[in-house]
This record gives sequence, C-alpha cells and structure tokens, in this order.
Amino acid sequence: MAGKTLYDKLWDAHVVRADPDGTTLLYIDRHLVHEVTSPQAFEGLKLTGRQPWRRESMVAMADHNTPTDPGFTTIADPVSRLQVETLDANARGLNLRYFPIGDKRRGIVHVVGPEQGATLPGMTIVCGDSHTSTHGAFAALAFGIGTSEVEHVMATQCLIQKKAKSMLVRVDGQLGPGVTAKDIILAIIGKIGTAGGTGYAIEFGGPAIQALSMEGRMTICNMAIEAGARAGMVAVDDTTIQYVQGRPSAPQGALWERAAAAWRELQSDADAVFDQVVPLDAAMIKPQVTWGTSPEMVTSVDGNVPDPAREADPVKRQSMEQALRYMGLQPNTPMTQIKLDRVFIGSCTNGRIEDLRAAAAVIKGRKVAASLKQALVVPGSGLVKQQAESEGLDRIFTEAGFEWREQGCSMCLAMNADRLLAGEHCASTSNRNFEGRQGVGGRTHLVSPAMAAVAALAGHFVDVRTF
Amino acid sequence: MTPFTQLDGLVVPVDRANVDTDAIIPKQFLKSIKRTGFGDFLFDEWRYHDHGEPGMDCANRPRRTEFTLNQPRYQGATILLGRENFGCGSSREHAVWALEEYGIRCMIAPSFADIFFSNSFKSGLLPIPLATETVDRLLREVEATPGYRLLVDLAAQTVKTPSGETFSFDVDPFRKECLLNGWDDIGLTLHHAEEIRAYEAQRRQDAPWLFV
Ligand code: SF4
Repeated sequence: MAGKTLYDKLWDAHVVRADPDGTTLLYIDRHLVHEVTSPQAFEGLKLTGRQPWRRESMVAMADHNTPTDPGFTTIADPVSRLQVETLDANARGLNLRYFPIGDKRRGIVHVVGPEQGATLPGMTIVCGDSHTSTHGAFAALAFGIGTSEVEHVMATQCLIQKKAKSMLVRVDGQLGPGVTAKDIILAIIGKIGTAGGTGYAIEFGGPAIQALSMEGRMTICNMAIEAGARAGMVAVDDTTIQYVQGRPSAPQGALWERAAAAWRELQSDADAVFDQVVPLDAAMIKPQVTWGTSPEMVTSVDGNVPDPAREADPVKRQSMEQALRYMGLQPNTPMTQIKLDRVFIGSCTNGRIEDLRAAAAVIKGRKVAASLKQALVVPGSGLVKQQAESEGLDRIFTEAGFEWREQGCSMCLAMNADRLLAGEHCASTSNRNFEGRQGVGGRTHLVSPAMAAVAALAGHFVDVRTF
Repeated sequence: MTPFTQLDGLVVPVDRANVDTDAIIPKQFLKSIKRTGFGDFLFDEWRYHDHGEPGMDCANRPRRTEFTLNQPRYQGATILLGRENFGCGSSREHAVWALEEYGIRCMIAPSFADIFFSNSFKSGLLPIPLATETVDRLLREVEATPGYRLLVDLAAQTVKTPSGETFSFDVDPFRKECLLNGWDDIGLTLHHAEEIRAYEAQRRQDAPWLFV
C-alpha cells in the first residue's frame, strides 16, 4: 500500500466519523474570527440558543475595517465602526481570546495566528476568510469557510467535509537573487491557472520551498486559494519547529518535546502518491508582475503585456481583452513602462517582518519617485510594527517618502479609508488584482515586496535584479 | 432552509469566466452585520453606473443596460448561467446571500470555486457543473431565445431544455439529501455530539497541546 501524504495524515487525525460515501465530520482545533464574516454567525448562535462548543479554540480580532492612521482612536465610517463594535461585544460577551483595538498583538488574523503560536503544526485551522490557507505553512490543514460554516464550527467544533484530491507542487533547484516566495507562487498560478487547484489540497515541496523561511512559506500557502485550492501546506522541518518554539500559545517543557517529536512526522511518506504532481524549476523563475484582473494574468518583469490577438481560445481572449480594457493597458507594452500612482506594501501575503526588511533594504537612503501619489507601508500586526520600529525600518521608509501606518488589512481590499481612485495603477504586495479590489476602478499589479519597493523609487516597474 | 426539489426557471446568462465574489457583491456591502439587504446590490459595479453604498435606494440609480441582469427579458430569472471558475476569490457568503435575495436558486457553469460551491448549499442554492460544451450551447440558446427556461430536477439530477433535451449532473449525495429536505447542517451534526465528545477526549490524551 502506498504511503500517506501530509494531507492524508492531517485529515485522518481529525475524522470524528465518516459515512461510506466519504462525507466526514472533521474536528476543528483552531477557529480564527474577524469582524466581517462573523456577525451573522454569532447572531445565528444566539437565535438558536446555542453556546460555542469550545471557546478556547477561538481567537478573535478586527482587521479588515480598522483604520491605519497613526494613533487612531475611532473609526470614522459608522458602518465599519458598527461591525467592529459588534465583534467587540460578541467576543467580550462570550469571553473569547480577543485582541481589541489598542492591543499591540492585534493585526491581520493570518499574521497574528502564527505569531502567537495559536497556529501549530498538525492542527485543523479555519476562519471565515479564504486566505486561511496561509497557516498550512505550518503543516496544518487550514482553509477558509463561509459564515454558515463559521456558525457550524462555533456550535459543533466540527465541519462536514469531503476529502479533496491531493496535488504536489514541487519546486526544484534554487531561486536566483532578487527572486522571492511571492514570485514562486505567482509563477505557479501563472502555470496552473486560478482554477488549476480547484478540488485539490496542495502540498508545496522541493528544495526551493524547504529553503524558504516560515514567512516565505506563509506567502506561498496564502495564495494557494488564488490557484483555486482551499488549502496549501508545507511539511514540518527545523525551520518550522524553530519558528514555533517559545511562542505564547506553543507548548512548553516536557509537552514541547512530545509535541515537537509528533510534529516531525508531519510530512508525506516517501512512497506517498499524489493525484497530480506539478514540477517547477526555481532557477527559471523571474520576478513576477501581474498585468490583468486575475492573479493568473501574470508575466515576468522583463516581459510584455500579452496580445489577445495571439490567444487562440475565444473565452480566454475575451477575458484578456476585458482585463486590458479595465487596466488601461495596450498589448505588447513592456511591463517596465507601466507607470504607477501608488505603492502598497502590506497584507497577509507580504506584511511580515521579513517582507518589510526586504523592502527597506532596497529603499535605504533613496527617495520615492516624485510622480507617485502615495506609497504606503502597513505592517501585518502590531508586533510586526513594533519589531520593524526597533530595527529602524520605519525611519528608512518615512525618510524615503513612504507613509508608516498602523497594522491591518488596509489597501489589500480597501474596506477602510485606504484605497485607489479610479484609473490609478498600484504596485501591491497583496494577493488579489480583481476589478475594484483596491478601490473602484483601481488597477492592481501584484508583486513581491522588493519589487514594490524598487517600483516606488522609479515610479514604474523595474527589474529588482538589475537595480 | 427552503427545500430544493424542482425548479422551472427563467435563465439569465453572465457570460464571463472567473466571476469573483468581489464582483458578485462588492466589499463595501460586507460591512453589514445582517444577513439580508444584499439583493439590490448583486453585481453592483456591473449593474449600475454609479458607485453603490450600503443602504442606498437602488430604484433610481442609473443602470448599465448592456448588463444582462438589467435587460427586461431576463427579469424574474431564477437560474444563472455562468462560465468557468464561477465564484472565485473571497470566502464571503454574502455573495450567495445576494444571489438568493435577488431570486437566484440555481447556478449552472462549467466549474465553481470550492468555497463558493459549498457556501451555496448552505442557503439552499444549487450549483450545477455541466461540461463546457454544454454550457456553450446553453449560452447560445439563451441568447437566441427570449423567455428561455430550464427545468432542474434535483431528485433525478437532470437539467431539461425547452426542446426536451436532458443533461444529467453530479451532486454529492449528502448535499442532495440536505437540499431535498431543507435540512440544517448544525442540527444534523449535533446528532453526533457524543461522538464528537469521545473524539475530543481521546485527542486531549494524544495531543494535549492542541487544546489551548
Ligand atoms: S490582508 Fe487582504 S487578503 Fe489578507 S485577510 Fe486582510 S483583506 Fe484578506
């Protein structure tokens, strides 16, 4: 019999019961909660007179709607404010582990979970947020759910699931200088498409993945959903164990030894069989930039905006034309000629300390292009912000002309006041370039933090490798 | 939840691939703490010329007449015909709530994004994946035939066209059962409360660090 994949192991360990047709009651260890997708679930719980099954499993904080103005005290938009206040009331009312506004541990749930050790290897982790896949970097089975499922997990600590197919994306070789985790995942999405992983759980493996830090692995797993896969994951190794050790919610003492030994098993067996294997050569990956309105509409920085006239598939051609119209781009334009209005460094994809370090390293002693209307740095959490400040990164950014903000989702989805105006082009380290994502009519180009930084200096895209 | 058995419905086409949940219900509407009030804002940016905000009265907003949902012939549609990867992007169930409130009960497309797909069932909506060629044909027929309807029979797992042609589709047996009966998942799961407790007790022994 073939060995087990990491996904098999995680799945099997969480089956409460399974029907012959594969319908499974899956136990959930950790439930992250934010203000946008939870109010209706809390309400549902109340209406049915149910209590949370295991309140310690929940960790709550507001991130999507929160302002990023330095030292803000109130939320100006009354609708946003009500949503944050609703979470506040629910979290306090049920006595949940909660990081309110003003707590420096607050931040984007997907940055805070790992930071606090609330994300541990071997866990099942859910959140009413598609980028929950991020936590798979810790060899956890982590995926986004809708609000009905949020209520279901609150009430039962379980989800009704069917097992997905398994895919191994194996990245061999070594990345070139200036090429990052973000470029790997954009290249993967460019290759398999935004529906390429639909119905699969993806394990990312191979030497180039093993060489990444936890931050890099989180960037990759974060965007598994952009490849269509609800869950992405990476096997446990020393990098994982070292990251987790000493975190507030990580086990300690004798329990730590026991846990770490168990976690070492969290890898696919050598003879495990995947439903699909996608190989990539890291050495071939160049810095990536998206040109369209879907993350699969991506090319390398030394490439050109593609020409729909050369696309044979009529459906694809139509969506390319639609995307170029929206983006205001002409076919065959070199990517480096795309002029930018704003630059955004942050989000759960690239708002961690390593991302800020990478951007600051490029910026140090230089100035943001005069043609730029705004360059924003928004740390992923209060602790990332504090760490960056202790390293003096905030000064590097502000001296260059960047704005240094409070933590949160910010311009990743523009639910707060940070947004693009219609027609503006933005180099963004976030994960989605959908129409209107960063503001109505806004034009998003997804890039790595270092690529966003050089673009901010030049006012257009530049190949960070030649910088 | 309202049971879903048979649906004889007018069809509206949304002929685009990768329709994401931001397009289905733009993010400004996610600030609501309610489950209702989204129907008028379904596909807001494609439907109206101006920018929609929660609480707006949509009756007099300038409409984009080229968008199918605004065309008189598609008013009252309950079946939406889309392209591949329908519902990709964020996990927001508001997308399903907006479709439901607008009146859609069934979506047909070559493929759906996973989270959107499972969210649909929770509100009693049926997503039906059909082969790309079939969807292509249906799209052509819908455009050529005002008043085009389809008959969806969940028990038989079939979609029937006006000319009598029938396509069968796959649906997960458990989801089907729940839809046909209008069952609510939480109630079903709580029937297994003892098993959940037993699992939990064992896990606390084997991996106590998970219970923090
Ligand atoms: S940073 Fe962006 S992608 Fe991440 S959770 Fe916030 S809004 Fe979602």
